[in-house]
Amino acid sequence: MSVSAISQPRPALPGPAARPRRRRFSAVTPFTYLVAVVLVGVTAVPLLFVIIDGFRSNAQINSSATALPHPWVWHNYSVLLTSSAFWQPLKNSAIIALIATVLVVWLGSMAAFALSRYAFRGRESIFMLFAVGLLFPLNAASLPLYLLLGKIGLLDNLFGVALPEAAFGLPITIVILRPFMRGIPAELEDAAVVDGATRIRFFWRILLPLSRPALATVAVLAFVQSWNTYLLPLLVFTSTQHFTLPLAVANFQTQYAQDTASILAFTALSMVPALGCFVFAQRHLVGGFTGAVKG
Amino acid sequence: MPVAGGEDIDIHLRQLTADQVATPAGKSRPRLRRRLELTLFLSPALLLFAGFVLLPIGFAAYDGLFRWTGFGPLGNFAGLYNYRLVLSDPVFRESFLHNVIIVIASIVVQLPLGLGMALLLNRRFRGRSFLRMLAFAPFVLPYATTAVMWLLLLQPAGFVDQVMKMVGLGGLVQLWLANLHLVIYTMIVVLTWQFFGFAMILMLAGLQGIPAELREAAALDGASAWQTTWRITLPLLGPTIRIWMFLSIVGSLQVFDQVWIMTGGGPANASSTMATYLIFRGFQSYEFGYGSAVAVIMFAICFIFALVYQRFVLRRDTRGALTRVVG
Repeated sequence: MSVSAISQPRPALPGPAARPRRRRFSAVTPFTYLVAVVLVGVTAVPLLFVIIDGFRSNAQINSSATALPHPWVWHNYSVLLTSSAFWQPLKNSAIIALIATVLVVWLGSMAAFALSRYAFRGRESIFMLFAVGLLFPLNAASLPLYLLLGKIGLLDNLFGVALPEAAFGLPITIVILRPFMRGIPAELEDAAVVDGATRIRFFWRILLPLSRPALATVAVLAFVQSWNTYLLPLLVFTSTQHFTLPLAVANFQTQYAQDTASILAFTALSMVPALGCFVFAQRHLVGGFTGAVKG
Repeated sequence: MPVAGGEDIDIHLRQLTADQVATPAGKSRPRLRRRLELTLFLSPALLLFAGFVLLPIGFAAYDGLFRWTGFGPLGNFAGLYNYRLVLSDPVFRESFLHNVIIVIASIVVQLPLGLGMALLLNRRFRGRSFLRMLAFAPFVLPYATTAVMWLLLLQPAGFVDQVMKMVGLGGLVQLWLANLHLVIYTMIVVLTWQFFGFAMILMLAGLQGIPAELREAAALDGASAWQTTWRITLPLLGPTIRIWMFLSIVGSLQVFDQVWIMTGGGPANASSTMATYLIFRGFQSYEFGYGSAVAVIMFAICFIFALVYQRFVLRRDTRGALTRVVG
């Protein structure tokens, strides 16, 4: 929306001529629906299985793997929802993801600004340094990170996970933000300078608001990344009170291997926050991708 | 981009002109102030990046030179012994091979799937946004969670087996996670389920970046939908596809969560990847020096791949991207 203000005026087709074309593009073949049904089946059925099976008792599950709950058992969910087994890891995951996301967006947008709208010696080398970071996956770095965190006393500490996650999120953030910020016309900056604004003011008041779609994209990416990370917390956290959600689910699965019903309920519950946020944020996500391209 | 000769300010101006088309107002800023601004903007990110990305990698490269169990000071200096040991270990080679299989399978399966879905879901029809959301949903779920989910689904006589029996495919039922020859392909199915939505959403974004006018013009000129797709849409989608491939390959080289939770790399290393090998050797047996060497080798593999990819595949794109921004 804010981007459309600065995008080039589209060479408009004459209205009447454009209309029928649009309609032709919207033709829906039966094939589309067939694929859609398969997609729904493949994607949704496993998820529904977990959620629905969480409403069955172990006896029901053992007698048949595919039957619907009969009767519906609320016990599995209610036990989890009234204990800290679910809430504590949820809280930990949220705190870590928030810290990592705020750091990534904050530091990343500042760096991307410097790398996109300043000219200085070594600019491309610094950008390359960050870009090369894309190749260093967090998983491969987890053992060295574990040793480093041990040296600086951040083991079994929420920051011991949040800081590395933020650091490893910087490359993709900068790689996405830099071209976006570059694409914002220089005329805007000139106008701001003519009006007496400093560069910093231009950054805060004009560039950041205009970059909102791209910022939303990188924020969501950072959050999802952090929310999903399993290996680093697995190594860093020793006390269960610090466990993040993925860790807690995997741990629950090994600890209560016999209690399939509870494992299913726990797995289903642990999907809810991610799915909920996603449904809420997907408009921004897809919009962000689109905006990034249009800008 | 290097610009030859000239005074500092001059370079500044000329670069801006080259990079951003429009000429900035010819205002010169005091150099000191510019320095300060740059430091303010750049150093926090650089510090964080150096501290938690570059430093550990440096340490790992160093630690890999020692026989070290992680307790107390570094053990005996061993030179490149650990590195040679890793590279000659058949289990590591097998793990690497599994990563390569995953890389190839992701491209061969996910690219057509993601692209096809994107083309389909780029049309206007009822329920489109719901379908987009649904296809992308697995990607946003924590891998560890979906791994536990698939572990339960794939139990012997579990949900998958039962459904196959119900549709008359009971004869094809296998021990999905215990069959030595099958397990890696089971993993590929799980990984495809999780990641194809990401391919799709990237392609969708790419598609939306292609001005509708281009396709409309082609259609006006009498091109069929098929021709428009092959001759206009796909070539213009090239950069998106190549970027996706890059991300997909780097991701495939570091697969861990799903394998670790579902099989632990077993049975008999039949599904192990470099990352599970790293954790297994480094932590289960407390060989930190050896583990560090594995980590460094993993980095090196990613790095070499990226250099090659950048050199031969992405080069055109960066050039294209620049001209697009400028023109």
